Amino acid sequence: MSSSPAVKLIAFFGSPYAHRAEAALCLKGVPYELLLEDLLRTKSDLLLQHNPVHKKVPVLLHGDRTVCESLVIAEYVDEAFDGPPLLPTDPYDRAVARFWADFIENKLTKPFFMAHWVEGEAREGFEKEGLELLALLEAQLKGNKFFGGDRPGYLDIAASMLGPWRSVVEEVTGVTVAKEEEHPSLCQWARDYSSNEALRPCIPDRDRLLAYFTKNKEMYRAGVRAMLQQ
Amino acid sequence: MAGEKKGLQLLDFWVSPFGQRCRIALSEKGLPYEYLEQDLGNKSELLLRSNPVHKKIPVLLHDGRPVCESLIIVQYIDEAFPGKDGKPALLPADPYARAQARFWADYVDKKLYDCGTRLWKLKGEAQQQARKEMLEILRTLDGALGDGKFFGGEAFGFADVAIAPFTAWFLTYERHGEFSVEEECPRLVAWAKRCGERESVAKNLTPPEKVYEFICGMKKRFGIE
Repeated sequence: MSSSPAVKLIAFFGSPYAHRAEAALCLKGVPYELLLEDLLRTKSDLLLQHNPVHKKVPVLLHGDRTVCESLVIAEYVDEAFDGPPLLPTDPYDRAVARFWADFIENKLTKPFFMAHWVEGEAREGFEKEGLELLALLEAQLKGNKFFGGDRPGYLDIAASMLGPWRSVVEEVTGVTVAKEEEHPSLCQWARDYSSNEALRPCIPDRDRLLAYFTKNKEMYRAGVRAMLQQ
Repeated sequence: MAGEKKGLQLLDFWVSPFGQRCRIALSEKGLPYEYLEQDLGNKSELLLRSNPVHKKIPVLLHDGRPVCESLIIVQYIDEAFPGKDGKPALLPADPYARAQARFWADYVDKKLYDCGTRLWKLKGEAQQQARKEMLEILRTLDGALGDGKFFGGEAFGFADVAIAPFTAWFLTYERHGEFSVEEECPRLVAWAKRCGERESVAKNLTPPEKVYEFICGMKKRFGIE
C-alpha cells in the first residue's frame, strides 16, 4: 500500500455541508482527520487561509491540496481515491445524478426548510412549493433503497440534509412537512441513510444535533425573517 | 423519451451565456448538432417536455434524451464523447485540476450572472452595492487566473468554457457600473482576448454591443430608465 498524504477536513459540528464531505470520505473508505471550527469564535486562520473566496466549511486538505465546496469535494474524493464509486459510470446517469444534486442545492432546499422555520401566513406558500419539489426528488429513488441504488452514492450525499437534519428540524420547530403517509419512500430513505454502516462515523449524534438546533432556534428564525424581508 | 431524433440537438436562446457554454463545448469537441432557437416568451412543447423541472434553456438532447443545466451539459459532452479525433478533454485528467476547474465554474455560477443582473436592473444604493460586488468578483477571477494562459493553465478547458461567454457582457457591466474591466483586471481582459482567438469562442459569443443592445431592450420592457 502506497503511503498517501494525510487527509484533513475543516468542518464544524452540525453543518450539513461539512457532513457531505465527510460522507464522501466515509463511503469511499478514506481515513481523515476532522478539524472542527468553533462557531462561537471567529473563523480560524487555517480556514481563512484555505478558503479565502467563500470563507466557509467544508474545506478538504489533502497533502498540499485544498478543495472547497461540498459537492466539488465529493467529486474530488470519488476521483482521487480508490474505493467504491460514488457517481455512476455511464455519462448519462452521471448527468442525471448531477442534475438532481443541483436541484436539491438550488431549488429544493430553501423552500423546504423555510416551510419549517417560517411562521405565519408565508409558511403555506413555502410548504406547497417544498412538497411539489420534494415529490420530484422522491421519484428519483425509483423503488431503490438509495438514490445510488443498493448503496448510498453522490446523490444520497447531496440529499443528506433531508435525512438527519430534517428529523431534528421537525422536532425543534414542531413542523413536519414530509409526512410518513405521503412520503413513505423518502422517510424510509432517511432512516436507511442514518443507519447505513459505512456512514456511521459521520452521522451526527442526534441528541447533540437537537441540542445545537434548539440552542440556535431564535437565530435561525431571525435569519429567516430577515431573508423574507429582502 | 422527450424527442425521438437521433444525434445532438441544442435548445437555446441566442444571447444566453449559459447556452453559449454548450455551443463552445460542442465546437471544441468537433461535434455536429442541430441548433434550435427557443422563444422564451412562448415556450415550445419540446422545451417543456425536455426540461419540465426548470423549463429553461439550454437543454441538450442526445438521441432524444435531455440533459439540462449548462455545466452539467458541458461535462456530459466531455464524458460522452471522449478524445474524439484527438480532440482534448475539456476537464483535465488530474482529479485536483478537475476540482479546481469545477470550483471556479461553480463560483461564476453562484456570483457573476446575478450580480450582473442587479447591476443593470437596479439604481441608487442597490446599484452601487452591485457595482462593488462586481468589481470584487472580477478581481477574484483575475487573481485566480494569475499569470496563467487559461484558468486550467496551458490548455483551454472547463473553467474557461464556463466563464468565456460572460466576457461578452463586460461592456454592459462597464457601462452600467462606470468602470473599465481592462483597468481593474488586465489579466482577465488579456485572457478574454486569448479565448476570443479560438474559433469555438469567436463564432459562438454574441458581440458585446449586441449584448448591450439586448439589455437596453430588456430595460425598456421592464420600464427601467
